[in-house]
Amino acid sequence: MSAPVVHAHHAPQGFIRKYVFSLDHKVIGIQYYFLALFSVLIGMSLSLLMRFHMVHPDAKVAWFAHLWPTAAQGGIMTPELYLSLMTMHGTIMVFFVLTTAPQSGFGNYFLPIQIGAEDMAFPVLNMLSFWTTLVALVVMVSAFFVQGGAPLAGWTAYPPLSAVPQTGPGEGLGQTLWIVSIAIFCGASLMGAINFIATLIDLRCQGMSLMRLPLTCWTWFVTAILALLGFAVLLAAGVLLILDRSAGTSFFIPAGLMVSDQILNHKGGSPLLWQHLFWFFGHPEVYIAILPGMGVTSQLLATFSRKAVYGYRAMVYAILSIGFLGFMVWGHHMFMSGMSPYSAMAFSVLTMAIGVPSAIKTFNWIGTLWGGKIHFTTAMMFALGFVSLFVTGGLSGIFLGQPALDLYFHDTYFVVGHFHMIMGVAAIFGMFAGTFYWFPKMFGRMMNETLGKIHFYVTFVGVYAIFTPMHYLGIAGNPRRYSDFTNFDFLGKLLPVHNFMTQAAYGTAAIQILFFINLFWSMKYGKKAPMNPWNATTLEWTIPSPPPFDNFGGQHPVVNHGPYEYSVPGAPRDFIMQTDPPDAANPPATSH
Amino acid sequence: MLLAPIVWVLTVVIIYFFASKIWWFPPPISQHGLAYDEQFMRTLVVTGIIFFFAQFALGWAIFRYRDDGRRASHSHGNNKWETIWTSATAILFVGLVLTGTKIWVAVHLSEPDPNAIPIELMAKQFAFSFRYPGPDGKFGATDLTQVNDAAGNPFGLVDKDPAGKDDIVSASLKVPAGKPIKLIMHSRDVIHNFFVRELRLKQDIVPGMEIPLYFQADTPGTYEIPCSELCGLGHFQMRSTMQVMAEADFEKWKQEQAANK
Amino acid sequence: MPGSITSDIIRPPAPPRGGGYGGGGGQDGRGASRRASMTGLMVLLAATTMAFAAFTSAFVVRRGISNDWVALPLRPIVWVNTAVLLGSSLLLELARRSLRTGRRTGFNRYWTAGTVLGALFLVGQAMAWLQLNREGIFVATNPSSSFFYLLTAAHGLHIVGGLSALAYVDVQALRLRLGPGKRTAVDVSALFWHFVDGLWLFLMALFLVWG
Repeated sequence: MSAPVVHAHHAPQGFIRKYVFSLDHKVIGIQYYFLALFSVLIGMSLSLLMRFHMVHPDAKVAWFAHLWPTAAQGGIMTPELYLSLMTMHGTIMVFFVLTTAPQSGFGNYFLPIQIGAEDMAFPVLNMLSFWTTLVALVVMVSAFFVQGGAPLAGWTAYPPLSAVPQTGPGEGLGQTLWIVSIAIFCGASLMGAINFIATLIDLRCQGMSLMRLPLTCWTWFVTAILALLGFAVLLAAGVLLILDRSAGTSFFIPAGLMVSDQILNHKGGSPLLWQHLFWFFGHPEVYIAILPGMGVTSQLLATFSRKAVYGYRAMVYAILSIGFLGFMVWGHHMFMSGMSPYSAMAFSVLTMAIGVPSAIKTFNWIGTLWGGKIHFTTAMMFALGFVSLFVTGGLSGIFLGQPALDLYFHDTYFVVGHFHMIMGVAAIFGMFAGTFYWFPKMFGRMMNETLGKIHFYVTFVGVYAIFTPMHYLGIAGNPRRYSDFTNFDFLGKLLPVHNFMTQAAYGTAAIQILFFINLFWSMKYGKKAPMNPWNATTLEWTIPSPPPFDNFGGQHPVVNHGPYEYSVPGAPRDFIMQTDPPDAANPPATSH
Repeated sequence: MLLAPIVWVLTVVIIYFFASKIWWFPPPISQHGLAYDEQFMRTLVVTGIIFFFAQFALGWAIFRYRDDGRRASHSHGNNKWETIWTSATAILFVGLVLTGTKIWVAVHLSEPDPNAIPIELMAKQFAFSFRYPGPDGKFGATDLTQVNDAAGNPFGLVDKDPAGKDDIVSASLKVPAGKPIKLIMHSRDVIHNFFVRELRLKQDIVPGMEIPLYFQADTPGTYEIPCSELCGLGHFQMRSTMQVMAEADFEKWKQEQAANK
Repeated sequence: MPGSITSDIIRPPAPPRGGGYGGGGGQDGRGASRRASMTGLMVLLAATTMAFAAFTSAFVVRRGISNDWVALPLRPIVWVNTAVLLGSSLLLELARRSLRTGRRTGFNRYWTAGTVLGALFLVGQAMAWLQLNREGIFVATNPSSSFFYLLTAAHGLHIVGGLSALAYVDVQALRLRLGPGKRTAVDVSALFWHFVDGLWLFLMALFLVWG
């Protein structure tokens, strides 16, 4: 790696330049973070509305009628409204929360600093990627407000349901806006990926070899590669879908369709083609959602156990394998789709294979804790919670990865439980952990530990209460994407479980207020943070809190140590920072 | 720390609800179902053991290694342990797939039974329709332009084709017990899915494709069929039933249907 | 998007609509190092490759699954356009060679000619579309025409992106502002252009063999 060219650029002046159209990766990271925070509020509200409707499908709620005069006439949520809320919940959470904050939020802020660079490789592209993401969000949300409302085909938008506007309300302009938003998001993601990859490959400071990178950087790097290759394919798929909808083509729409008593003109297309293209993106997407959280967990477990990450090399290989194999397992979303049963078997073996590096990471996390000296800060609690949730969520994947068992579980609540545990909880815990860990560096103040711990405990138990019962519902055969459960005898018996989950959801959602209070109050009134409140080793802890605009004040850090040199025998302190002198483990006898 | 007992309690509670089978599969009604349940239990036991030990170890590490003044040990890992648990995981996971392969092959990759009774299924927004070939054993020709749901012709049987005159159209699926069935599935509009819990089988019904599903139901009874692929606003009420009856009863039913034409 | 207000930052060209990536990754005003710009370009090319790989697999699948494929023979103008595109790449290479030996005027001439030919390619593609329209072949007429329009449009968007980069370099050169600090811009835009050229050859092969 070469030393980056130093540019004596001036600190930005003026509010717009500093905080709005900023080229500073730190500001852009915070912008992404707040975009994600805003999106998660929308996404969470949508899920609460969904859970309410599932247990009270006939309830009359006055303000529903105000918000949705056609879709909730008389205050009763129609099935199509439910499905559109569900579609937008999934879409907003997956794209605008899980694909933004962990990678573009924390990654943008801390990747350059952790590798000793003064900014990303392409700051203008970075700024563009944020604003493009914001435009995508605006377009997505606008789907709620057009005629017909938001689409109802799920975040997976399978054609022909998503390709033929007559198949349901919301499938007109709403679905088109959805596709356009996603296409814009693809562009933004690709811009971000280019930046992350070029920055990591070319802007590492002296001494920062690949095997000295913090694991957070490894996960941001592999995630960027997944995003690069995956979103390109999603963009292509979206273009084909828009053409089918508006230009009369038949990429995905076969012949012989009759919708609303009308025979359609299309012919020759394949609905399965969409599924292949979508899931070729969709599977790497879920690794994009989880990998940064894994990196944060590794980082925090080491910091707060005062112990090196167990098996750093194995962790790196695991991250690389997960990234690589992540592109080869998309068919496990399609076992029941009508695709070749032979390919199902191939995808199944590869899916089980990808369980292996995930297991390695889990064992190594526990190995990191083993023999450690654990400090239970709120950040650490969330990292520990991540491990527990990842175990639970990951293990249910072992059932779903077998086509033989998927013959029952496909499209049941078992799947919903699985992916919520992994994405909707574990990945979110990764974001919480990152927040509590890096807040002092980003805002120069400490968050409140008491509020943090209460929020953690209630949330931890709460998410188990919400999502574990989904596995039992799946075993009982409860299909997913049903807006109510009163039409089937066997579903009626499962209503008490749904009730329990709804109550748990209300409680868990409510406690998130503590997090928001903590976040915003601490920004202004939190105790001032020192440079290195956690006595951690990586480069961000060598600069002031918050950092100056060019990170290292014009200096070039020189790295002499690996990222997790904690409790090295003989060293004067229980941690050696990456920039400490080479002999920090055994300083010369005549110390200064 | 407090997290350790919480993790342990959650683990025990979760395992309890799996073990007690409070919310469970309905009893299987076929040989395939029995094989399915065995594979499920195998997987449940393996994952259950891993689940228990992983959460237990996590809780133990939290408890045992909380900061009480001692220094942390210094370790960068242990290649021997890495190899052991990596190999064990790989063997277990791949092993599970291999034991399940027989089941998958039996459903989708074996020689179809030439004596299987053919029944057509047509899925549309938001109903299932079934068709039997009638005494002549032939399905009549259909045409989309002839479809008339209100007049009871969801398949679009063509008037001119005599083979279709004796076709039996039904809103629910009726099958004889203990006989192989070939369900020939089509969709008229979007993707739907045929699912019977007791059979432990489901299959997406894809427009533009003709997808056969072979099964055999052994236990008489009436079983619900919930559509299991999002198909639009009526997805939650797209319901039919499969009635499994003694062969004699099935023949009687067919004759009654033929007589009513 | 606003450019920078500080004086030493080069105003980058507007990113192209549709392609959205900016003409080559290195067009950044903060002076990203040459290596980073090259890496950025390679990464961008990887993404573009994936997008066209997706389109290609859709093409292959769609052609194979049904019997409504009607071959679309390539019209002569498409061959002319191909020659024009190859010519423009050649001219860009001659330009780069001139620059390496310090012959600035030679560079200006060749690069401008290459840029102009690039623009001509786009015009020629539009003419090809118009010709198809006149023959009654539109995007939804049959699957092969759908793919022809789709692939040429997607390729055309990348041409527009590349052309913006070429034009930017051209303007800088003609205004005698193409200093050593901008060498990377020259190389990155030329390489991007060659890639898009190669991509076109691939698409031609696809149309010829399977179209």
